[in-house]
Amino acid sequence: MSTLPHPNHAPHAHSGVKVSRIMATVMLALTPATLFGFTLFGWPSILLWLVTVGACLVLEVACLRLAGRGGPKTLWDGSALLAGWLLAMTLPPFAPWWIGVLGAVATIVVAKHAYGGLGQNPFNPAMVGRVALLISFPLPMTTWVQPAPLFAAGSPSLIDSLHIIFSGTAVPDALTSATLLGHVKTEATRGVDALHAVMSLGADGSGLGWHAGSLGETGSLLVLAGGLFLLARRIITWHIPTSLLAGLALPAAIGHAVAPELYLSAGAHLTAGAAMLGAFFIATDLVTSPATSAGRLIFGFGCGLLTWVIRTFAGFPEGLAFAVLLMNAGVPLIDRYTRPRIYGHGQPAKAG
Amino acid sequence: MLAAVTSLTVLGAALGLGLGIAARRFHVEPEEIVAELEALLPGSQCGQCGFPGCAGAAQALADGKAPVTLCPPGGKSVAQALAEKLGVSADLSALGESVPMFATVREELCIGCTKCFKACPTDAIHGAVKQIHAVLKEACTGCAKCVDSCPTEAVGLVPVPATLTTWTWHKPGHA
Amino acid sequence: MLAVATLPAWLQRSLIRWGVHPDDHKRPVADLPVERLPLPARLFLPLQQHVGAPARPVVKIGDPVLKGQLLAESAANISAPVHASTSGRIVDITTYPAPHPSGLEQPVMVLEPDGEDRWIDTSPPTDPFSLPPAEIGRIVSAAGVVGMGGATFPSAVKLALGLRVQVEILIVNGGECEPYLSCDDRLMRDDAEGVVDGIRLALHAIGAQEARVGIENNKPEAIAAMQQAAAPFPEVRIMPVPAQYPMGSDKQLIQVLTGREVPFDGRAADAGVLVHNVGTCHAIHQAVRLGRPLVERLVTVSGGAVERPRNLVAPIGATAQDLFDYCGGLASAPARVIMGGPMMGNPLATTASPVIKGTSGLLALTQEEVGEDDRAGPCIRCASCVSACPMNLLPLEMAAHIRSDDPDGAFHLGLNDCIGCGCCSYVCPSAIPLSHYFSYAKGALAANERSKLKSESIKKLTAARLERQEREAREKAEAAARRKAEREAAKARAAAQANAVTTKAATVDANA
Repeated sequence: MSTLPHPNHAPHAHSGVKVSRIMATVMLALTPATLFGFTLFGWPSILLWLVTVGACLVLEVACLRLAGRGGPKTLWDGSALLAGWLLAMTLPPFAPWWIGVLGAVATIVVAKHAYGGLGQNPFNPAMVGRVALLISFPLPMTTWVQPAPLFAAGSPSLIDSLHIIFSGTAVPDALTSATLLGHVKTEATRGVDALHAVMSLGADGSGLGWHAGSLGETGSLLVLAGGLFLLARRIITWHIPTSLLAGLALPAAIGHAVAPELYLSAGAHLTAGAAMLGAFFIATDLVTSPATSAGRLIFGFGCGLLTWVIRTFAGFPEGLAFAVLLMNAGVPLIDRYTRPRIYGHGQPAKAG
Repeated sequence: MLAAVTSLTVLGAALGLGLGIAARRFHVEPEEIVAELEALLPGSQCGQCGFPGCAGAAQALADGKAPVTLCPPGGKSVAQALAEKLGVSADLSALGESVPMFATVREELCIGCTKCFKACPTDAIHGAVKQIHAVLKEACTGCAKCVDSCPTEAVGLVPVPATLTTWTWHKPGHA
Repeated sequence: MLAVATLPAWLQRSLIRWGVHPDDHKRPVADLPVERLPLPARLFLPLQQHVGAPARPVVKIGDPVLKGQLLAESAANISAPVHASTSGRIVDITTYPAPHPSGLEQPVMVLEPDGEDRWIDTSPPTDPFSLPPAEIGRIVSAAGVVGMGGATFPSAVKLALGLRVQVEILIVNGGECEPYLSCDDRLMRDDAEGVVDGIRLALHAIGAQEARVGIENNKPEAIAAMQQAAAPFPEVRIMPVPAQYPMGSDKQLIQVLTGREVPFDGRAADAGVLVHNVGTCHAIHQAVRLGRPLVERLVTVSGGAVERPRNLVAPIGATAQDLFDYCGGLASAPARVIMGGPMMGNPLATTASPVIKGTSGLLALTQEEVGEDDRAGPCIRCASCVSACPMNLLPLEMAAHIRSDDPDGAFHLGLNDCIGCGCCSYVCPSAIPLSHYFSYAKGALAANERSKLKSESIKKLTAARLERQEREAREKAEAAARRKAEREAAKARAAAQANAVTTKAATVDANA
């Protein structure tokens, strides 16, 4: 053996967990809810999903090329695919194709690569994409449809769907509907209180998902199941989901107890909108959440609380995306002030 | 209108005054900074930086005419101290490639002329007339003054060899 | 703080919030009987196998020596002597590749065995417990015992410290948390009595009342053997601990066994404890009971590339190649050859390097075992490293500072608290060599410190030279001035004399 100029440093072993495997596990956890959404909303939702994810992948390749960091390996870490997938989960299932493409531009180009690519972005890419779309194109982004299951009578065929997604054919009026949160918000402006608004929508336990909404919104229970799977696989920790849901449920429960006609119940908040998707898949995004346990608790609670505030008092029916982005901005600060106590520091030596 | 003009004028005047006072109050005499910089340099007046002695180098640093990495014998630690004093960020990559050197005397060529040890700014070379000179490795800065002074080219610089106590891991990714 | 090891086993695991669980690869090697390496043709005994000053040779080239004879004496307060590993002749004192990643050479004595393996005359004390504690320390010091877990700190220095500061608990490290290694396991199974005796001797030497022996619960045979051997001695408590890397790190074991933490700016003794490895305790037993200095040790030879992996008793100074050869050679070209365990061990630049007192294992690992040599990807801030770090550091942030050439930034985040256990690199999904970054930065900071010291000493030298030159110039000037003054005085005198002569003459003339 000859002398090595640059020896290999220990450890000479690895856990085998790789970024691509983490991403793949998250995607696996998303699959049931996605498939449920596909059956619920039929071809248009499938086409929109394909467009969004495809655009993300194409843009990822283009950005990596531009940055001179090409190579198939960086693409197949799966981060772009996952970001696109998460974005697609938050879009109205009948939205036109350019919504998906522009969302992908905001997600991959603006939110991710403008900051230096994977790991460098301070804001959650999928949420940047969604918020950019929501602000720029409020109408298509809030046109929801009733569930129209694949192959059920009245649901658009593949050909109809191609028209809906690619040539701007209006969604048949018979199909349009409102989400629970959107409905309550609209009714409130007409002076109808929250209790009656919920009843008039006729929403059964919305967790079962038979109602209007995005892919990620309708399959709340399946999203929750996927989230628990991620917890079990130790991809995410319990801190953010728990504190986020608590941050949302606590003020909701208090508000509902005080004035049920003004404030939705905690149960409605937890199952409606993107609460579950946000708690388990969005806010837990590794890159844009704090690195410490204490920081994660603060971050999650902040996300939940802000979501409730925005849902209840602001102009938008759903506020999770805004809440997450606001808290993202605070992550460096949270990390700075929640540094764990280092072993042997700041504690008397003898205690036991 | 008048109130706005007045208040802005007063505000401007007050802030200007404040700035003026602060500039006076916290003014650092250029000589002081030169002296402080000189104190950070090794002081061996070896001239490797290309300036006349360490005082000249300090002056050039203060004038911004020289990078903080100008001092080869000082190495990284001096560059960092200088950068801190001047409040600039040091680009230490330039230093990474320069290996510390020390002088050696080739005994077969040395004629014992004593020129090198007269030239040495740190008294690192020992010997007497007509005797072979030797270099104290610990005191040698590798400034090369002795190399230039030797009439028989017996003095040369060699890289300081790594030992088990000075060996360090390389920077990852810079193999 | 709570001493986790005193709680029920099912609670222990969930209360330890750091570390990783690498595949342990300990069996079947741990279950195979220990074999003795036949004497190789030559032994290479480094003068420095320990922390501290290198030993100073006391024999000459050509001297015949007996097994256990002193070859080089301790050269400072913190140092350790080196003894002959067998009988034979010293054939050279030279430099030889050190068991170190750099492959740099270090001073060694080369011993050619005569094959007789004849011991020096030994005269162990009949009842060591009647000796004063300091005397035990002296015997251990003379026997060249150093920390055998790999730290190689001279054991006698620790014993003396323990006696001086009155530690309460002796922690005995039988964790052996590194994968593959099973030499401590074997030692506890095969000679538990010896280990326990060594523990009791160490207790006597430091005047402590209690010993707690931490053994990972993946070694049930060793735990049983030790419990049996320690049964008559209530002061020796065998405490099984969860198998969780890096349980065998001093600081973590102290925390788990006592609930105490070693202060960042202090030593274990500041927490009222002292840590010795089981191998060290066994060496103390051998030194005190049999009068035998540390000349051989158990070494685990393992790894996928080794034909017949097993535990060997090897004389200090046998080369890594000797051990691999005895184990059937290397079946395939190993991806890495490592001294120590895979988590913290150092790669060997050459298998010609010798086994030293701190060598616990020699591993020849295949690429499959090491894992793919992935280029590091970008950090995705998953914080796996944060959860794994047993010191509660933020490896991801420290590495980011070091990457951008700011080791001081990492220092302020606790770089010096890093124990180099490698958990962070092990879990990193982006294959970032975090542990390597920290070693690099520690080295860079140390080099900085050295160059600062050198700068200062050079400044002093320059100042002294300037002062000397000034003094010489002044003296020269003074001498010149003096000479000038003398000359002028002489001139003046001469003139005065001449004057006087003329005046005299004039007077005479006048008188005349």
